Amino acid sequence: MTDRSEALRAARRRYWRTNVTLMLSLLGVWAAVGLGAGVLFADMLNGWRLGGVPLGFWFAQQGSVATFVVLILIYAVAMNRLDARFRREVERLDAEPVEGAS
Amino acid sequence: MNPLLAVTSQQGWTIAFVAVTFSLYLAIAWLSRVKDTKGFFIAGGGVPAPANGMATAADWMSAASFISMAGLISGMGFAGGVYLMGWTGGYVLLALLLAPYLRKFGRFTVPDFIGDRYPPAPGSTQATATSGQNYARLIALLCAIFVSFTYVVGQMKGVGVVFSGFLGVTPATGVFIGMAIVFVYAVFGGMKGITYTQVAQFWVLITAFLIPAVAISLKLTGQAIPSVGLASEVLPSLDPARPYLLDKLSSLNQQFGFGSYTEAYGRDSGKWNRLNVFCVCLALMAGTAGLPHVIVRFYTVKSVRAARWSAFWALGFISLLYLTAPSVAAFARYYMVDDIAGLNGKTADELPQWYHDWNQTGLIAWVDFNGDGKLAFTNNLTDTSTDGINVFRSREPADSWGIIQPNELMRVGGIPAAVRGDILADPDAWVEANGGGAAAKTELLALGGAHHPDRDIIVLATPQMAQLADWVVAFVIAGGLAAALSTASGLLLVISSSVAHDLYYKIMNPTASEGQRLLVGRVAIGVAVLIAGYFGINPPGFVGEVVAFAFGLAAASFFPAIVLGIFTKRVGTVPAVAGMLVGIGFTAFYIVTQKADVVLLNAEVAELIFGPPDSPIRGPWFFGIDAQGIGTVGMLLNFAVTLALTPLFRGPPGEVRGLVDAMREPEAGDTALPVADGH
Repeated sequence: MTDRSEALRAARRRYWRTNVTLMLSLLGVWAAVGLGAGVLFADMLNGWRLGGVPLGFWFAQQGSVATFVVLILIYAVAMNRLDARFRREVERLDAEPVEGAS
Repeated sequence: MNPLLAVTSQQGWTIAFVAVTFSLYLAIAWLSRVKDTKGFFIAGGGVPAPANGMATAADWMSAASFISMAGLISGMGFAGGVYLMGWTGGYVLLALLLAPYLRKFGRFTVPDFIGDRYPPAPGSTQATATSGQNYARLIALLCAIFVSFTYVVGQMKGVGVVFSGFLGVTPATGVFIGMAIVFVYAVFGGMKGITYTQVAQFWVLITAFLIPAVAISLKLTGQAIPSVGLASEVLPSLDPARPYLLDKLSSLNQQFGFGSYTEAYGRDSGKWNRLNVFCVCLALMAGTAGLPHVIVRFYTVKSVRAARWSAFWALGFISLLYLTAPSVAAFARYYMVDDIAGLNGKTADELPQWYHDWNQTGLIAWVDFNGDGKLAFTNNLTDTSTDGINVFRSREPADSWGIIQPNELMRVGGIPAAVRGDILADPDAWVEANGGGAAAKTELLALGGAHHPDRDIIVLATPQMAQLADWVVAFVIAGGLAAALSTASGLLLVISSSVAHDLYYKIMNPTASEGQRLLVGRVAIGVAVLIAGYFGINPPGFVGEVVAFAFGLAAASFFPAIVLGIFTKRVGTVPAVAGMLVGIGFTAFYIVTQKADVVLLNAEVAELIFGPPDSPIRGPWFFGIDAQGIGTVGMLLNFAVTLALTPLFRGPPGEVRGLVDAMREPEAGDTALPVADGH
């Protein structure tokens, strides 16, 4: 019984750590593209061009918005998967004591 | 073509479109009317993710996004990107940091979360009975109501402007029609009615925005996708040399004394430096994530999983408009500045029809200060006091243009009606009567005119500038109204739920029955519509300023409290409340000192309190940061104060820590997640 709650606690901890890691990496991209490329380094990036658009300007008015949409998509897919994995782990833990008893 | 006939046809189309869309909204509201508080406040919590995404998108894209944003970008060039990045980047914060957890937490409102996470006294989690002292809830409640009200007044005003500009009714009548529609579907349908109406409004507004954008993109660059058009060359019929659109625009801009359109920083690129662009951007991002009417949308889906998908759909739908707006901004700028397609150098007889239409509204007016009979649209904002007329020099001496005509394109909407009538009827006579040239211009500015056309004209008049069909113009009007009404209804519901749920039920009368609460909710939303309508007709001078600051206040108050409430279990009530107070206090004080004239009723009061306009405290005294960006500093202060005080006070009681644990843990299955009905 204590084994089970210990395992459950460990599973919870793993779940939360993976969640926070994923979140922080995505926020890293968010900051680098939005605040970095679009604001802080925009004047440097303006030296390059994408078609007829200076790159810094492009990040500020097009690239950042498109990146943000992709970030949320990745988060939704990855987290919903992580949730499912956690549920499977819990189900397995729930199943084990029954096996032990029989 | 007979211009009178054209106007009539356009008005006919407009009336038709407005009538059809408004009937649609009312029909949807009738089909989704509700009988219980859960339906009224959170639409029963079972809206599918894509539909909720559309509703969120419509909720979020206000009259400001639809009508004003492209105009702002058009005028600001590069720096206008802060609005695009700020408003969409905030969604990332919302989706990653807040939405899933708040959905799992499962309460009705943001003050509800703050109130339960930061309970009044150690030991009593349940805020219900003792919430008289629940300061955290009360502060969050007041902030939610303030932010929502400043915002909704702007929407109502937008409805008035659109109606008066196109249908020739007074703005008051326009606001009245808008109020009546919102009143009906918000009071009967509650959140459910609002949600499904917003889905319809989303389609109206996004189509209305995209059709003219695509048409103009084809016309200027031959590209059907506006974002591609932005990066392409102009068609040979416009410029045989076929320069890139943005290059052409930058050179036109500089030719007429405006800053470069694409350059990021430096002397020619507008008023904001790197620090300011950064601060404004971050304040808008955190403010977006803290806006109560957006957060509450995540309570209307059935599970955490759906909340995540809903955030994706919402930003996906929003990006349709936000990726197109920069193109519209650049296209419109082209039509405004270019001397072949645009206004510069035109004589009175050559002015296009769209100028005459919008001249009536006061959004744009040509006043021929130098009497040369030719229109000049240039940038000499700083040059109004001296007799700089006709001698304003180009920034580059080597430039062959040499002498630049000072700006003659004004906004006269803010001027008292009688004087405005005189100016519009015969500008030349008015200039003559007021001392001519510089004296007349000084007088016009003193009366409340502005030294540029109103930025709202960009989206509203672009279809006409590009000579698109009348029905397109009419459709844009229906889109503008959809944007304003959808946002207004979402905000009104936040006000109503704050009053009926947080104030009445949680604080004043915890034993209220379901029926009583529903009634209070309906009455509150009705009263809120009336108040918003009144201020929409008689807007206090500071509304325009305050809307931008709603973001600053949301960033400095809710955002840190919610984030820390989810991601730490250690932060207790006292540090959180102290942090919120410091954040709000600093941000509000800074804004008041910066905008003393408009916030404190009039210039005399402002001078009495803070001294003359040139006293140091009324300048940007905090590292030169603009009032719009100060929310970033307020937010950092809030975080700093909360975290610094945390070790000195007791952490939250066990029940609250359990609450946080439950919020973090994934839901048990893919089943519907309950929303607590309050305890």
